[in-house]
Amino acid sequence: MDPLIINDHYEIDYRHSYAEDSPFFVGLSKGQLLGSRCTACGYTYATPRSHCMECGAPTAWHELPLTGRVHTYTTCHYGGEQFLKETPFTLILVEFDGADTLFLSRLKDVEPHGVRIGMPVLARFAKTPTYRVTDVWFEPV
Amino acid sequence: MSPVYMISGGITKFAKAHPDKDFRLMVKEAYDYALRDVPPFSKDMIDGAVGSYFSDHFTRQLKAASMAQDYLGLCPKPSKRIEGGGATGGLCFQSAWEAVASGRMNCCVAFGFETMSRVNTWKGNEFIALASDTNFDFPVGGFYTGYYAMMVRRHMHEYGTTVEQMAMVSVKNHMNALYNLYAQKAKRLTIKQVRESPMVATPLTMEDICTMSDGAAVCILAAEDVAAKVCNRPVKITGVGSGSDAMRMADRPHGKVILLAHERESDYAHLKYPGVHSFRGGRMAAKLAYEMAGIRNPIEELSFVELHDAYTSSEIQTYEDLGLCKYGEGGKFVESGVPFMPGVDYGLELPKQGRLPVNPSGGLLACGHPVGSSPSGSCRAPSRSIWATTSFR
Repeated sequence: MDPLIINDHYEIDYRHSYAEDSPFFVGLSKGQLLGSRCTACGYTYATPRSHCMECGAPTAWHELPLTGRVHTYTTCHYGGEQFLKETPFTLILVEFDGADTLFLSRLKDVEPHGVRIGMPVLARFAKTPTYRVTDVWFEPV
Repeated sequence: MSPVYMISGGITKFAKAHPDKDFRLMVKEAYDYALRDVPPFSKDMIDGAVGSYFSDHFTRQLKAASMAQDYLGLCPKPSKRIEGGGATGGLCFQSAWEAVASGRMNCCVAFGFETMSRVNTWKGNEFIALASDTNFDFPVGGFYTGYYAMMVRRHMHEYGTTVEQMAMVSVKNHMNALYNLYAQKAKRLTIKQVRESPMVATPLTMEDICTMSDGAAVCILAAEDVAAKVCNRPVKITGVGSGSDAMRMADRPHGKVILLAHERESDYAHLKYPGVHSFRGGRMAAKLAYEMAGIRNPIEELSFVELHDAYTSSEIQTYEDLGLCKYGEGGKFVESGVPFMPGVDYGLELPKQGRLPVNPSGGLLACGHPVGSSPSGSCRAPSRSIWATTSFR
């Protein structure tokens, strides 16, 4: 007998708290890019975390410059189902002067062939915040 | 620690979908296959089992490993589930090894499975992407092919690695799979065909990337007395290792290389490590396994390697992490022909063909990658080759 196959729909709304990361997302709504800096060893995170991965001490919020450079990139022609309708889009890891780690974001207003490592980029912010990390993106300087 | 032996292994043929078999039946098939190879072995010699599958989203059945355990008739013996992303099956194998090495068990079954066909490919990519930070990475449109693409773009920048070198890995592994009856995607390819297949995330094309699969694999591990009783050619596990790194790629440090026995600090005077171009977790795993097994120069001492090639790029990066060549030389390593099988016509110029075959099974690229089972499958494949070619020492 052929296997009997049915469709089984599943949907759920999560109550997602940004918890200790909340100031970062509020910062985006004010045009600020907040990283964090270790209060003990000074290690500086471009993607914030509230405790230092190097020494375990608490970090303090640290405002990042709005310009950085492309550390690496890819243009996605496919993606997770939720983002398929947005393809193609370009993802970059951004490096900043004075930060030890990087930040993942989208690069807009550029042809895929026009992206290169080391390219200077500028942060842009959504006029109407959605309180998601996509409230910030980068464009070539 | 007591010595541990692998006495048998079994597998299902990995396939895009197995609508005729659920995860329990797939595990049972792999388990029965393993038992068939060791006729003197009986179920009452088994002290417990470790099961693995990566994603509860794919199964949408919590406690699925416990359900496989009862289907195998192994209740009320000890049971647990292991999960570790792409390393899920490998960690399951290690957990079974720990049970025997510690003396807690004389025999432990490791089984793994994944049923990825239950959703479409892009929903599957989304499920896997949920294994990245859901505050900072996933919502940007991050998914694993995109992450690996960014990693290899940096590898290309640092070392001059080329897309053609990556394509050679695809040609090799798909061709190797022609000799593996259990592989999902065996075929002869050219570099041109790999590059001309649809682009997923630059520079990775469809043929640079493993597929979603349904499948199961089983390994049976035992202490020396059990192994000697039931099996005339058990495979001794001489070293295990594992490692980790920051889950957000953006957080990975730019520091010093973790050196293997045959490397010196001066080899990497100017290299910022691991950055996003190398896998510090893989290097740590290699270091621990080599130290335990007493391997000081892997390229000279190993006969073949099965490694994690979910992407052609990650195979090249992993050559370096495993110390098969220096950091930066992974592209040239594949170009030289060293990791190809001897005596196979790949349609490529390979001056050093077959010195140290890598992924002779076809790897994840061609066998398929049912996440929870594939590393156990990778352990099973070489063990079968060893059984075919060596005698009990």
